[in-house]
Amino acid sequence: MNAELHDCRDAFAAELMRLADENPGIVAICNDSVGSSKLGEFQKRWPERLVNIGIAEQNMVGVAAGLANGGKIPFVCAASCFLTGRALEQIKVDIAYSNANVKLCGMSSGMAYGELGPTHHSIEDFAWTRVISNLTVTAPADRTETTQAVRWAAQYAGPVFLRLSRMGVPDILPPDYGFKPGRAVQLREGTAVTFIANGTLVCRALEAADILEQEGLSCRVLNMSTVRPLDREAVEKAASETHGIVTCEEHSIYGGLGGAVAEAAATSRPCKMRMMGVPGRFAPTGSASWLLDHFGLSPANIAAAGRELIHSR
Amino acid sequence: MICDAGTGHIGGDLSCADILATLYFHVLHYTPEHPENPDRDRFVMSKGHCAGALYAVLAEAGFIDADELSTFMAPESRLNGHPSRIKMPGVETSTGPLGHGLPVAVGAAMAAKMENAAWRTFALLGDGELQEGSNWEAAMAAAHFKLDRLTVIVDRNGLQQGAPTETTNTLEPLANKWRAFGWETTETDGHDIDQMMGVFDGLPLKAGHPSCIIARTVKGRGVSFMQNKVEWHHKVPNQDERARAALELERAKTS
Repeated sequence: MNAELHDCRDAFAAELMRLADENPGIVAICNDSVGSSKLGEFQKRWPERLVNIGIAEQNMVGVAAGLANGGKIPFVCAASCFLTGRALEQIKVDIAYSNANVKLCGMSSGMAYGELGPTHHSIEDFAWTRVISNLTVTAPADRTETTQAVRWAAQYAGPVFLRLSRMGVPDILPPDYGFKPGRAVQLREGTAVTFIANGTLVCRALEAADILEQEGLSCRVLNMSTVRPLDREAVEKAASETHGIVTCEEHSIYGGLGGAVAEAAATSRPCKMRMMGVPGRFAPTGSASWLLDHFGLSPANIAAAGRELIHSR
Repeated sequence: MICDAGTGHIGGDLSCADILATLYFHVLHYTPEHPENPDRDRFVMSKGHCAGALYAVLAEAGFIDADELSTFMAPESRLNGHPSRIKMPGVETSTGPLGHGLPVAVGAAMAAKMENAAWRTFALLGDGELQEGSNWEAAMAAAHFKLDRLTVIVDRNGLQQGAPTETTNTLEPLANKWRAFGWETTETDGHDIDQMMGVFDGLPLKAGHPSCIIARTVKGRGVSFMQNKVEWHHKVPNQDERARAALELERAKTS
């Protein structure tokens, strides 16, 4: 694993530029978030294709639906907390229920805004979006998967929610990796326990597996970037071939990846589970990395959860 | 339709029926056999609860057979209680929750402007729904982006679900609110088709500005016992009321 860390927003913005170069229908729309969405270069190159709608998320999402109605492929770029929380009904009605060809890009999701506090944390967005029909919800793990997911979203005719972070992550996936929505990717084979992670937690789950490997426990690691539609088959296999599942996500333990995996397991092949994520309380003040450790999302703690599950009866 | 379905929003249907008729048979360009024709004018029915009136007009315009109107709100019908883009041809965006139509219309008008396209965008808004803040976010943006091929028609019947708008959450001075947001605004009688045609023929009201037409209407228009009665927001006529209403509307048509 390359230890160098990368902000996936850079990969997102670069790929969006390449796509916009190839397809004049692609436009970007944001809520006074040109900088935080890394759209500065896009705006310089195509000022007429970058719509800064101002601080108005409900309107932003509705306008995106209208742009799609007019034949455009809008990429809505906004902090995930505001995009999903403020405009949830527009996402449901104008985008998903109207089958609008809009790509919702939730930036700086999870705990990324750290010390700015729970108003800016976006640890509810999986829960809110994955219950909406006709909406693909995916959270890439590194810059390679980000690039490929953005490219996939542009050619897919339908609503997508891409959940992106600003927290640096190492390269995990090979350059020739082929992103497929709704398909988990096995990063490590093992039988003791399965770690199912996505987004910024994939690298931590891999480190947790390394720790347990040194104790003679071979662990499976799945990158489950897409939480809707969920790869139920991968969950069932993990449930039957290993001793249980530990889910890892930068999201509330309620309603996110852990919830989706639990739903799949409980209704097909019940297994022991542990859910690693943000517990159901608002965060204290602290940086993003401090908060992740505070909430037990360090590799050591994830490994401990796996160890405990293996030895539990 | 409403009597057979046993549900609907007859008061608001009747207040906007003349506006819809004027739009579909004098203003809008569309090809019912190709509802997704990229050059069509876009019409957004923001007051989605008045789907009944919209379906009647879409049938008359040729998007669906008139026979299908009898399936209104029946199981598996395309004629959902609120218009659905994924079910019904001619519906540009699904509506129902209020305050959704104008942002979508703004986006469509923006797409047309980017392409220098000739097609225009219209949105019909209820007056009560102007209490939703999303409308004003969209109104602000439409003026900022100088969307002069966008027109809003406000069905100003003065009543919302439970009470007059002015005793619920005051909308007046409504025209000046739109003007303050940068819209060229005029008022018309929303039941005087000749007057409305004249206003529509003069669009845009002012180059470089979106147009707002406040159409003064009567909820339950054309049926004496429904007119301006709050309870007829979504009351369903019984057999006797149905017959009387039909008679009054038929008389109005021939007079």
